[in-house]
Amino acid sequence: MSKYAVDERGYYGKFGGAFIPEMLYPNVEELKNNYLEIIGDPDFQEEFRALLKDYVGRPTPLYFAKRLSEKYGAKIYLKREDLCHTGAHKVNNTIGQILLAKRLGKKKIIAETGAGQHGVATATVCALAGLECKVYMGAVDMERQKPNVERMRILGAEVIPAESGSRTLKDATNEAMRHWINNPQDTHYIIGSVVGPHPYPDMVTRFQAVISEEVKKQLKEAEGRENPDYVVACVGGGSNAAGIYYHYLDNPDVKIIAAEAAGKGVESGETAATTFKGTPGVLHGSMTLLMQTTDGQVVEPYSISAGLDYPGIGPLHAHLFETGRAKFIAVDDENSMKAGIELSRLEGIIPAVESAHAFSALNQLDLNENDVVVINLSGRGDKDLQTYINWGKY
Amino acid sequence: MVKNRINKLFENKSENVLTVYFTAGYPELDDTLEILAELEKAGADMVEIGIPYSDPVADGPTIQESNGVALKNGISMQKIFSQLKTMRKKVDIPVVLMGYFNPVLQFGLEEFCKKCKECGVDGVIIPDLPILEYVEQYKDLFDSYDLHNMYLITPQTSEERIRMIDENTSGFIYMVSNSSITGAKKEISEEQLKYFNRIKSMNLNNPRLIGFGISDNKTFKTASEYSSGAIIGSAFIKALKESDKDSIADKVHSFINMVKGEKISQ
Repeated sequence: MSKYAVDERGYYGKFGGAFIPEMLYPNVEELKNNYLEIIGDPDFQEEFRALLKDYVGRPTPLYFAKRLSEKYGAKIYLKREDLCHTGAHKVNNTIGQILLAKRLGKKKIIAETGAGQHGVATATVCALAGLECKVYMGAVDMERQKPNVERMRILGAEVIPAESGSRTLKDATNEAMRHWINNPQDTHYIIGSVVGPHPYPDMVTRFQAVISEEVKKQLKEAEGRENPDYVVACVGGGSNAAGIYYHYLDNPDVKIIAAEAAGKGVESGETAATTFKGTPGVLHGSMTLLMQTTDGQVVEPYSISAGLDYPGIGPLHAHLFETGRAKFIAVDDENSMKAGIELSRLEGIIPAVESAHAFSALNQLDLNENDVVVINLSGRGDKDLQTYINWGKY
Repeated sequence: MVKNRINKLFENKSENVLTVYFTAGYPELDDTLEILAELEKAGADMVEIGIPYSDPVADGPTIQESNGVALKNGISMQKIFSQLKTMRKKVDIPVVLMGYFNPVLQFGLEEFCKKCKECGVDGVIIPDLPILEYVEQYKDLFDSYDLHNMYLITPQTSEERIRMIDENTSGFIYMVSNSSITGAKKEISEEQLKYFNRIKSMNLNNPRLIGFGISDNKTFKTASEYSSGAIIGSAFIKALKESDKDSIADKVHSFINMVKGEKISQ
């Protein structure tokens, strides 16, 4: 049993659990009682794997980034999740959950979205499965991410503005939970990250774990070894990170690096660097690290990247931080944008601003020329063109 | 634990127990104690005071908004306890605090219980504190401060789980009237009545109060037929919000009279 696996009650060390009102208990309990059996079923696996292959386009390449490697003096590989259908790793999870929802007999799907990537990935699989789809999105984010709003609508989803609170991702999540409370029987809630009450963090991790499963094979072919010296990923809620860390968690030779969004600076008051500014508390149904006031009110995060703009992190990551298994690095807006431009110029790949944070972390690592580094290129930058244009320094 | 005001209330009154919820620090920061005192004068049997939270997932728009306003007004846990410090000089009915777990956790569980006892709070409702965690980690603490911790049940809650909740809690059981967040609904349906009857026939140890969607005399009466009484929240918050011309006392009295079906004084 892995030291980093969830226990029966849904905890990773002291983090996790299911801190939910009774109104949500039956929904979450149904999921908890069924998810392992459903995911473990060979028929499910066959269907899941076939869709990942033929629909998502997996396995995604593990690409040796020659010019980037020269620049940083190490062997740097990019896991090309940006080449997944819909443009990011998010679809691995939504494919898994839509198949699970069908097996639970659910007719309707709800989801929350921040930047819109998870919303698009959910709308996509709902179209694929012929299920009704409602996506909650902060009214502020709908304004910031108009193209993704339209993508969801084209795919047939209804996009519902979250008008409560700060009208961003955390409020969209609250609204989705409220909707689920009001519609407990026919609806499945597809959470987009490794957050929320147990079993969501574990379930989403399992669906994303295909990323590191592939890396092991691909790295063996490329380097004659399954294990890199470093795996690097950005962490908002932390689903792409959980996916690329998963098969390496119990191997202490593999250094795990997590890049958090520092926004305008860790101490600026406008940040999303949860492990730097957060304390233990309960957010969206799990005990985790979150940014909050001393009075326990959730603090609004800030990052240039809408996908990292979340006041907490998944409980697995809180545990990896607490135990020292993962090293957390804070990357501010400016440095993430520079890293995004650098990758564009050196490798001809424009990364999502989220993923750009992971690339900037390279500057904070003490690398040797023989070190093998795998960076999760979790999404492509098309959705962020306006952010790059507004930043302007290229 | 010793019997407190909640137990005594149900010993003396087994029907039409009217419990009213309002948000601390709303509409104005220092209205808390006045609203509480007026509720007692107007004839409420028990009061639930909400601890505002930035992310109240179980609440509908009305209570969400009142939480937001109260936080903007500057309410905090510390402030709530300082507002309630002298309440027992004025108020005799049972008082329950209702809030989400995170603010309680940050305040510190022991400190929270201690302050509740100092102020004369009789019970708490923390809807997102899982009952297993409560029983294993906190129940002894709550008991040592004579604090009841009440739990919610819904139409979806299994009989086995209801029995478990009934065994492990005291005070009363909060029956959520249907599968929903807080806020007024139109009417009480046949399906809800079946659920009310089903729970009634379970002969639980604890008295039951029905809440969520109770807003007026008709829904209060119906709920009271199937339980010891009802809890009203959103409808009262709306009444507090409605008119700025009336005093708090007027708003509270006319609301309670409306719910009880008594003639409006004046």
